[in-house]
Amino acid sequence: MVIEILTTYLKVFLVGGIICTIAQLLINYTKITSGRILVYFLLAGVLLQAVGLYQYIVDFGGAGATVPISGFGYLLAKGAMDGAKEGLFGALTGGLSAAAMGVTAAIIFGYLFSLIFKSKSKRN
Amino acid sequence: MKTSEDCVNKNYLEYVKAISPKTNQKRTLFHAFWVGGVICMIGQTFRFILELGLNITGDELSGYVSMIMIFLGAFLTGLGVYDRIGKYAGGGSIVPITGFANSVVSPAVEFKTEGYIYGTAAKMFTVAGPIIVFGVASSVLVGILYFIGYRIF
Repeated sequence: MVIEILTTYLKVFLVGGIICTIAQLLINYTKITSGRILVYFLLAGVLLQAVGLYQYIVDFGGAGATVPISGFGYLLAKGAMDGAKEGLFGALTGGLSAAAMGVTAAIIFGYLFSLIFKSKSKRN
Repeated sequence: MKTSEDCVNKNYLEYVKAISPKTNQKRTLFHAFWVGGVICMIGQTFRFILELGLNITGDELSGYVSMIMIFLGAFLTGLGVYDRIGKYAGGGSIVPITGFANSVVSPAVEFKTEGYIYGTAAKMFTVAGPIIVFGVASSVLVGILYFIGYRIF
């Protein structure tokens, strides 16, 4: 049990670390802005899941593959693919349904903490 | 006249190059690697807690984990801690879902002075908006392609 958990952590660390290192490589050598990197990684996750590859990364890396934004893309694509089995309605709504928790959390917590906290930019 | 201007520009650019801090590229890669890895390990910890402690599985599990990570990212951004992590880790703090939360909260807080509707609520989506647009659009595309695929085969 303990060894299982430790190996899982190691895999999570490696997979998550490698995905973030790819992002840093793009920042260092191409000067892509962070907003674009998020979009590219999301689309990469969607594309890799659409061809059936990202599932393998998730099975191996656990949270190391689902916590990065490419995991959000994976969730969207997986939802749409599962929904498509049931019909056109599922194909159209499956993606956003699967990602509903992430979008809702971002809106609710985002707005809440924006109301509570003040801008820190002047102190930096 | 023009030649002297060019000369000033050239000197100035050289001066800027000389005094601006040289970012060690290999070191930034290492920072991104370990911080990104640790953030994912925190996510895995919540996975273990929810899975083994509360018996939550499947889609529900990943939904709650991303909710917790977004909460943490938004909270730490509000405190000003996440931007400090970002300066150290670069890509290691941008790519995890906590960075998505950061990209929602930091412009929202920044433009609070412009009001709660056009300031906070509108500016929340300066970075997150494109992500939701491309995410939903691409998922619909994938869904339709698979729908057609299932009908034909």
